[in-house]
Amino acid sequence: MKDLSLHILDIAQNSITAKAKSIFIGIEEDSAANTYIIRVEDDGCGMSKEVLELVTDPYYTSRTTRRVGLGIPLFKQNAEQTGGYLAIDSEPGRGTVIEAMFVHDNIDRPELGDISGVLLLLIGANPELHFRYVHRKDGQGYALDTRELQEALDDMPVSNPNILGYIKEMITENLAAIDVYQ
Amino acid sequence: MTKIKSLADLRKKKEDLQAKIALREKSDSPEGRVLVKVAMATCGIASGSKDVMEYIADELNKRNIDAIVSQTGCMGYCYAEPTIEVTLPGKEPVVYGDVDVKKADEIIEKYIRNQELVDGIIPVNYQTIENNKEE
Repeated sequence: MKDLSLHILDIAQNSITAKAKSIFIGIEEDSAANTYIIRVEDDGCGMSKEVLELVTDPYYTSRTTRRVGLGIPLFKQNAEQTGGYLAIDSEPGRGTVIEAMFVHDNIDRPELGDISGVLLLLIGANPELHFRYVHRKDGQGYALDTRELQEALDDMPVSNPNILGYIKEMITENLAAIDVYQ
Repeated sequence: MTKIKSLADLRKKKEDLQAKIALREKSDSPEGRVLVKVAMATCGIASGSKDVMEYIADELNKRNIDAIVSQTGCMGYCYAEPTIEVTLPGKEPVVYGDVDVKKADEIIEKYIRNQELVDGIIPVNYQTIENNKEE
């Protein structure tokens, strides 16, 4: 994965596969603590303790189309390369929380990348799901909620290509205002 | 033009757009639409399927082709990612492999617009994802 936003896209796809209705994506940057924390929370089907132990193993996957599953292992490897960690908490029927900490100023921390594009792909392809995105950086922040978007749009579908363009512009502008692309 | 920064700005843009769409009167039958699914699992994402999907969605809109662009999981062709599945109205789905932006342009122009087959179909006897799963 070239950047953090692609990891987020990948992990969020797991949530969608787990039949989540609501997905929270949070990024918290703290320069003082030198941490860059990414959290993805869903209300999907969750995993048992046994499966939870296996998901960081590249040779484990829930798929039948191939025998490897690299999404979580790659995310974990990237986090650990910076001196950070990856933690997963899950309960069958309740959902899953995955949290990755990257050391903020570490040279191995990938850049954020095109997070607004990633959010747009997720929202556009899954208009029936509820997405929340919160990005905080040293006390400043930006929050996006697809329910609020839908309210502002009345009956216009959020997946309309023009509307997606507008939303992308809105996210990019707001994130640039809090300097997340640094 | 001022940039969109808030939900209020978004609402305003939407109202402008709505006025335009009402003039165009789009047919809303999903059967008549082209369906493009982009494989978006770890293998696809790592090979650049995000950019390909953005390009396809953008271009179909620009070229006024009534289509739905959605995502699918890994079809087992990790070696040929990014892969896309194109279903023209009334036809069997066709899967293309190694689709970069250039290939996507060719597929839109030749296959989606003119129904000419383009190189890069995998495998030849491909049926549907659902059939594939049951094996």
